[in-house]
Amino acid sequence: MTEVLAARARQITRSGEGKAKIDCEKQSVAGSVSQRACTFCGSRVVLYPIADALHLVHGPIGCAVYTWDIRGALSSGPELHRLSFSTDLRERHVVFGGEHQLEESLDELIERHHPKAAFVYATCIVGVIGDDVSAICRTVSAKHGIPVIPVQSEGFQGSKKQGYDAACEALMALIGTGDASEVGKHTVNLLGDFNLAGEIWIIAEYLKKMGVEVVANLTGDGRVEDIRKAHGAALNLVQCSGSTTKLAMQMQAKYGIPFKKISYFGIDDMAAALYAVAEHFKDPEMLDRTRELIATEIAEVLPVVNECRKDLEGKRAAIYVGGAFKAISLVKALRLLGMTTVLAGSQTGTSEDYDYLVDLCDPGTVIVDDSNPAELSSFLSEGRADLFIGGVKERPLAYKLGVAFCDHNHERKLPLEGFIGMANFAREVHASVCSPVWQFAPRHQPKAPTQED
Amino acid sequence: MLKHTPTEIAERTALRINPAKTCQPIGAMYASLGIHNCLPYSHGSQGCCSYHRSHLTRHFKEPVMAATSSFTEGASVFGGQPNLLQGLNTVFTTYNPDVVAVHTTCLSETIGDDIPQIVGEANRQGLIPEGKVVIHANTPSYVGSHVVGFSNMCVAMAKYFATEIETKPKSGDKIQVNIAPGFVDPSDMREIRRLAEGSGLKVTMFPDTAGVMDAPQTGEHVFYPDGGVTVEELRNLGRGVATLGLGRYASREAAIEVEKRARVPREILDLPIGIAATDRFMKVLQFRGGQITKDVERERGQLVDLMVDTQQHFQGKKVAIFGDPDHVVAMSEFARDLGMIPIHLLTGTPGKAFGRRMAEIHGAKAEQLNIKHDSDLFLLHQMIKQEPVDLLIGNTYGKYIARAEDIPFVRVGWPILDRVGHHLMPTLGYQGAIRLLTKMLDVLLDRRDRDAPDHLFELVL
Repeated sequence: MTEVLAARARQITRSGEGKAKIDCEKQSVAGSVSQRACTFCGSRVVLYPIADALHLVHGPIGCAVYTWDIRGALSSGPELHRLSFSTDLRERHVVFGGEHQLEESLDELIERHHPKAAFVYATCIVGVIGDDVSAICRTVSAKHGIPVIPVQSEGFQGSKKQGYDAACEALMALIGTGDASEVGKHTVNLLGDFNLAGEIWIIAEYLKKMGVEVVANLTGDGRVEDIRKAHGAALNLVQCSGSTTKLAMQMQAKYGIPFKKISYFGIDDMAAALYAVAEHFKDPEMLDRTRELIATEIAEVLPVVNECRKDLEGKRAAIYVGGAFKAISLVKALRLLGMTTVLAGSQTGTSEDYDYLVDLCDPGTVIVDDSNPAELSSFLSEGRADLFIGGVKERPLAYKLGVAFCDHNHERKLPLEGFIGMANFAREVHASVCSPVWQFAPRHQPKAPTQED
Repeated sequence: MLKHTPTEIAERTALRINPAKTCQPIGAMYASLGIHNCLPYSHGSQGCCSYHRSHLTRHFKEPVMAATSSFTEGASVFGGQPNLLQGLNTVFTTYNPDVVAVHTTCLSETIGDDIPQIVGEANRQGLIPEGKVVIHANTPSYVGSHVVGFSNMCVAMAKYFATEIETKPKSGDKIQVNIAPGFVDPSDMREIRRLAEGSGLKVTMFPDTAGVMDAPQTGEHVFYPDGGVTVEELRNLGRGVATLGLGRYASREAAIEVEKRARVPREILDLPIGIAATDRFMKVLQFRGGQITKDVERERGQLVDLMVDTQQHFQGKKVAIFGDPDHVVAMSEFARDLGMIPIHLLTGTPGKAFGRRMAEIHGAKAEQLNIKHDSDLFLLHQMIKQEPVDLLIGNTYGKYIARAEDIPFVRVGWPILDRVGHHLMPTLGYQGAIRLLTKMLDVLLDRRDRDAPDHLFELVL
């Protein structure tokens, strides 16, 4: 049986064991080997893909290094976001403050790169040493005539979730500052899609075929000018609900823009997302176009899925990802491949998400919040998983156990969103699960006879 | 992506662009992984620990276990004592390590947490079980670099365990040398041990990540893999006839600490990269009682033979080398010994010893070389634009410059995030030099083949 930190017992449940409310949205237990990151990390991942903005990390060097170009958030144009800028605070700044350092850095960068806006990320020690980041941002903004926006992302505030909120605040400072008078009727903003492997381009293409125009990407392949007029859009589509639902709610309150929580992963959820858009605009022609689009796309993708399914039927998968909404889509997508889910967990899910997962998953599936390597590896062994879906820290765990792996996080190299994404997902899962290397892994070797045998 | 880099170099005081270093705690975490049955412990926000684990995992392709104090807003105001107390309790009751190696972060340093005092409190409260040890290193992220953090944790190993040992070795006992191997891959630590033990000496290597960060596939996730220096070995550092500190930046302070506490003399050497530095390393082993075996003599002979076979391809080639100071120093010497001109030599780690050692190695020629410490890859790119090179050597982050300027590129050092092999095959020692030479020659000749017009494209090079 899996050993669980006593204090974490209520963060784990199993489908089919009645409605035990999962305890989530709390700080990791001090001393646990948590898979979670911090507030700064959350802000950085959300804002990072805005490609024509300057992103300056105000703090000691590490925070800038660990977020330098690690996320394949593609841009169709400028790539300013892929460079790493840091104020590289030293001991003397900790004593005397880093405000001068910050201002000078901003001046130099703005003069060289002429960005459309600048984001300044406050790291752990910035507040403690007393730097007034907001004041510097105001000064620099006035001097150069571009928005310079402080992001209150001190790491100790919590996990990524608090960072998402800080990023949403920063975005709200930009939204509404542009002229939205030209924005049309059938328009949306795409929230919470970071254009990993070019995914947002796939979604935008579907919408275009339906007759829907995208005003702003928030934030994949994002542009400052688009974001400034995002308040003109008729509808917000919220993918990766954990990161940008708050932004959608704020935009609804301030600009009256309704929003829909959708997911672009898997055939079911992708189709549901497009139908939701078409139904929202109540345009019968658009609905026809949507039906046709979905039918064509599914017809292209299903043969791939069915081909892969032949080998994957009955295999067992484990999921541990950042947001629970993604876990939900993955359970469905795996079902389409004939696979069962033995573990579904996330770093930042809400109790609503977990309730949904408990209902969705087969009885006996482990549902877990904020897990750690020891737990995960015993869940994998206990559940006899053939596949693990996770991020960078989970990959070597899976491999050490002889379990196939699919990166559904920063390091995915193929688009997994959209209908084509389902085909890519099927191929990737198939490739890893069916790799010939597993036959050599000890886990798959016949057990050597012991003396008792 | 680097199209913005202007060729003209202007004075910069405030800003760091495309860093060539990272912060202390990750170095401390890596060093701690080289202690047997040790759980590294990050006293700070949970993001630090998460970033360090991810970054190390990307380089070593191995799971990295480390715990965190998971600081909160309250901790940032009232101090992290409650977090560390609870954390130590969690760690010992759940993960059962022999050693917990606590390192600080910028936050816990800035708010002024006193780790020994808090650990003392944990002891009073009975949170540290009998026979278990908590060690610590102060690793403020706003001082030095990851190399300094590594060094600080190595110093902590000596500080907590090394004592003077009076008992004379019995006749027939092997002579013991202590080796601080520097911030290198497990493959390199394995190679250093092979050379030293092969010479007939007993080796205490601290830290030693061989076995930990290059573990084989077993079908199980082992929380504490087999490798790592044991507490027993660390307590016996005093039995050594010398402590060899490989690399001034990563190992010097630890060797000094052992000398101070256990009266074992120190020998500070360059990382044994390339032929000359490895020769010096072998000479010290010999001086301390080791024998150079026929096998090692053969390896050296093979290296020399290969250098002779290929000298025409290296002679006069300009090369830029960047990364951790100990690596760059040693690599620049090897490059010179192959006939290349190591024109740009840059490290992100601050410290004047870098320039001093370069001056010693390159003599009068050092004045014609661009030697920069406490610098970044933006400047390196500018220097290369000013004076182009035929070869770029450094960690993965060099790939942007290599692409922008279309320069052949060899990955050496840490981190390497986009290639494999480094954690299994050494770059140190004679064998490592053969591997390095081969890698450099491969990219130079691949380039020659790629650029050759048809009539000059030849089968034999």
